Amino acid sequence: MIDFSTPKPIEKQMVALQTVAENMMRPVSRYFDEHEHEVPWDYINFMHMAMRQTGAGSLAPKEKKSSDEKKKYPPIGYQSLAFMLEMLSWGDVGMYLVTPGGGLGAAAVEAAGTPEQKAKFLARFKGEKPTFAAMAMTEPHCGSDTSAIRTTAVLDPETNEWVLNGEKIFVTAGHKALELSDGFVVVWATIDPEAGHAGMRPFVVEAGTSGVKVTKLEHKMGIRVSDTAAIVLQDARVPYDHILGSPEVIKKKTTKGFKRAMATFDATRPLVAATGVGVARATLELLKEMLAQEGIEIRYGLPRNKLTAIEREIIDMEVMLRSAWLLVIKAVWMADNRKHNPLEASMSKLRAGDVVTKITQRAVELMGPLGYSRQYFFEKWFRDAKITDIYEGTGQINRLVVARNVLGYRGSQLR
Amino acid sequence: MYAFEPSEEQQMLIDVVKRFAENDVRPVARDAEEGDDYSPDLIEKGWELGVLQASVPEEYGGFGDYSALTGVLAMEELAWGDMAAAMAVMTPSLFALPILLAGNEDQKQSYLPPLVEAEWQPYTAALIEPHFDFDPGDLRTTAVQEGDTYVINGEKIYVPFAEGAEAFIVYASLDGQTQGFIVPAELEGITIGERSKLLGINALPNYSVTFEGVRIPAGNRLGGPEGHDFAPVITSARLGMAAIGLGVAKAAFEYSRDYAKEREVFGVKVAQKQAIAFMLAEMATEIEAIRLLTWEAAWMVDNDHPEAFKQAYLAYTGAMDMAMMVTDRAVQILGGHGYIREYPVEMWMRNGRGIANLLGMAMI
Ligand SMILES: Cc1cc2nc3c(=O)[nH]c(=O)nc-3n(C[C@H](O)[C@H](O)[C@H](O)COP(=O)(O)OP(=O)(O)OC[C@H]3O[C@@H](n4cnc5c(N)ncnc54)[C@H](O)[C@@H]3O)c2cc1C
Ligand SMILES: Cc1cc2nc3c(=O)[nH]c(=O)nc-3n(C[C@H](O)[C@H](O)[C@H](O)COP(=O)(O)OP(=O)(O)OC[C@H]3O[C@@H](n4cnc5c(N)ncnc54)[C@H](O)[C@@H]3O)c2cc1C
Repeated sequence: MIDFSTPKPIEKQMVALQTVAENMMRPVSRYFDEHEHEVPWDYINFMHMAMRQTGAGSLAPKEKKSSDEKKKYPPIGYQSLAFMLEMLSWGDVGMYLVTPGGGLGAAAVEAAGTPEQKAKFLARFKGEKPTFAAMAMTEPHCGSDTSAIRTTAVLDPETNEWVLNGEKIFVTAGHKALELSDGFVVVWATIDPEAGHAGMRPFVVEAGTSGVKVTKLEHKMGIRVSDTAAIVLQDARVPYDHILGSPEVIKKKTTKGFKRAMATFDATRPLVAATGVGVARATLELLKEMLAQEGIEIRYGLPRNKLTAIEREIIDMEVMLRSAWLLVIKAVWMADNRKHNPLEASMSKLRAGDVVTKITQRAVELMGPLGYSRQYFFEKWFRDAKITDIYEGTGQINRLVVARNVLGYRGSQLR
Repeated sequence: MYAFEPSEEQQMLIDVVKRFAENDVRPVARDAEEGDDYSPDLIEKGWELGVLQASVPEEYGGFGDYSALTGVLAMEELAWGDMAAAMAVMTPSLFALPILLAGNEDQKQSYLPPLVEAEWQPYTAALIEPHFDFDPGDLRTTAVQEGDTYVINGEKIYVPFAEGAEAFIVYASLDGQTQGFIVPAELEGITIGERSKLLGINALPNYSVTFEGVRIPAGNRLGGPEGHDFAPVITSARLGMAAIGLGVAKAAFEYSRDYAKEREVFGVKVAQKQAIAFMLAEMATEIEAIRLLTWEAAWMVDNDHPEAFKQAYLAYTGAMDMAMMVTDRAVQILGGHGYIREYPVEMWMRNGRGIANLLGMAMI
């Protein structure tokens, strides 16, 4: 059966989320854009409370459902997250990125951790205070080419601890995870610098670990309310079981562990795509609203050569936006149903990156002098949008993934 | 609840249509385009796959329920074989579907069973008109009521199988509204013109037809004396063309992908050049994006969703750009060979352009 109806529980959740987006995000969106590195505690505390009460948006392990319950409802966890992120990003995508609850760090634990590790590391997000986690892959000299990372992890046999050394940059929420809460950063390091991907492992580095320091907060084009941290690890020691994955994967020189952890991206790429769709929808809605105020209604149904230039633009945007969103839905639906989805995940990400940048850029142009003014959100969303096509795999990297999949190529055949 | 897998029945239909497209249509498609046309046997074989019949309820001679979604799925596969073949096989639905979707009970009872239960017959429809700003919602062909008849005047083009047709649905403007009229071919005032020569789909016989003072009984107005809503009809036409666009694009994508994996340039396969690989990635993404949009629109039709009309319009708009983009790139990827008629991609590029121009020549 092909079905395009939104699951009921998600529909219910959306009403509350829209209220949050409208009342907690939009009114302060401009303020935090203009006061970089100030922390929106009201929003953070509110979201923490709300999510604790409802369990929404959390990747923390839930109590096991009875098999009856399972039958009644197929899994919709990732679908529900995609809807949530889309709506929050419609409110303000930078603020969405400072939502407590684990973000990419927790997603990595979820994807690569053992059941014991999940229990140990993810429980904190349900605690009293809002808590953050981050994921640190990128280094000053390399981002897309993850096999080139230089941060090292060496086992100290005396203490059975891993000793980490290196520098990570562009860590989203790194400051909040390490200094503003008792969170953690999942740090990618190599246990064998000669081995490329086969040597790479994710390590959980908790707040308070000695030898870990946030050295810089970046100043950015957009999403300014989200902290982007540089982190230096200098003989940072973490317990042996902070390496994510089962022990045999830890020892063997294989890319299996790496691949499993990279599978995180199959789940998170569509979610990042969802945030882009949220920004694009916000833009298109405001655009249509302002055009309507000028008496311009879109005449759906006319042949294209009878439409005005503005109508054509809007209709093209609607095609782009809706189809990008449907790619997201399909990718997360596959994730929920445990279907292998790297192709669909990357398709959704590259399409959303294209679509949100195009829509926001055209909107600024279409609004003429008003589009360029900081009185309206267009220019802000134009700045916020661009990151969608950069992090979680650039547009080019996602094109590579899609191309390899449709061509049946290995990485070595197309790089 | 979201789900993206066809039902078992839909999959069975997809499979048989795909087999026909691959084994029967593909081998003769080029010759058909170059002047041979499709044989009546082939068209009959395609008709017997039951794509239309599966959309018509038993009481009207079919064996299913109308489903735009099932139609879209089948049409993509058929058009993957060849666009002109898909249109030829499905021509009778240009007559049957408007009656099913917008006709009154009388019309359904009298026209559907003899058409649906029999072998393929040339029942067709006339919508497109010969001017650049042709607009299905604002036709120049007119219908005027005179007593208990309607009088139709106007010129139509690209009417499939008009020569030898049994009857047409003719679309005309009645007081500014587009309405369909059931017009038996033998009526006076109907002149079938020359067969049209087009940029593509030359295997589909289609003609200009003029209607001069053609008088039909009032009961032949689609939907009866009250007429009908044009929206479901044009929506079905948009989805039909969108699905064809998907099929043509998929064919071109697959062919150019396979070619790029074989052909060597500068010591590697063409596909190993990012300039080509990225094009293929974008083609695949674009096809999937518009496919989902089209599926959703069809699903909305099947579920009486209030946005169905708009969504089908968006899907069709997306499909015309997608089909052009994908087929253009397929030719590009083949280099000089793409331009040569020994290879199919130039034909698909010419056909792909037509998605934008030929609205009303296919319905699902
Ligand atoms: C605001 C922000 C937040 C971020 N958050 C995080 C985070 O939380 N954790 C984290 O680990 N990282 C994070 N990043 C880093 C981000 O993931 C990287 O910036 C991204 O992966 C690109 O890497 P790079 O910047 O080193 O660019 P490079 O890899 O140097 O790429 C430069 C250009 O080359 C292209 N390119 C690279 N390889 C290829 C190839 N094989 N074929 C064709 N083109 C190629 C790229 O697409 C790009 O256009 C963040 C970045 C920003 C700006
Ligand atoms: C009508 C016509 C007239 C012609 N007239 C002449 C003539 O008079 N004299 C003559 O000598 N030739 C002629 N040609 C040949 C024409 O110049 C070639 O077709 C053209 O150079 C492309 O070569 P190809 O067809 O072998 O494609 P290929 O070289 O096989 O290319 C296939 C695809 O790969 C791409 N590609 C190739 N190399 C790279 C690369 N390094 N990086 C990225 N992409 C790449 C190409 O752009 C193309 O998309 C003619 C061709 C046609 C169709």
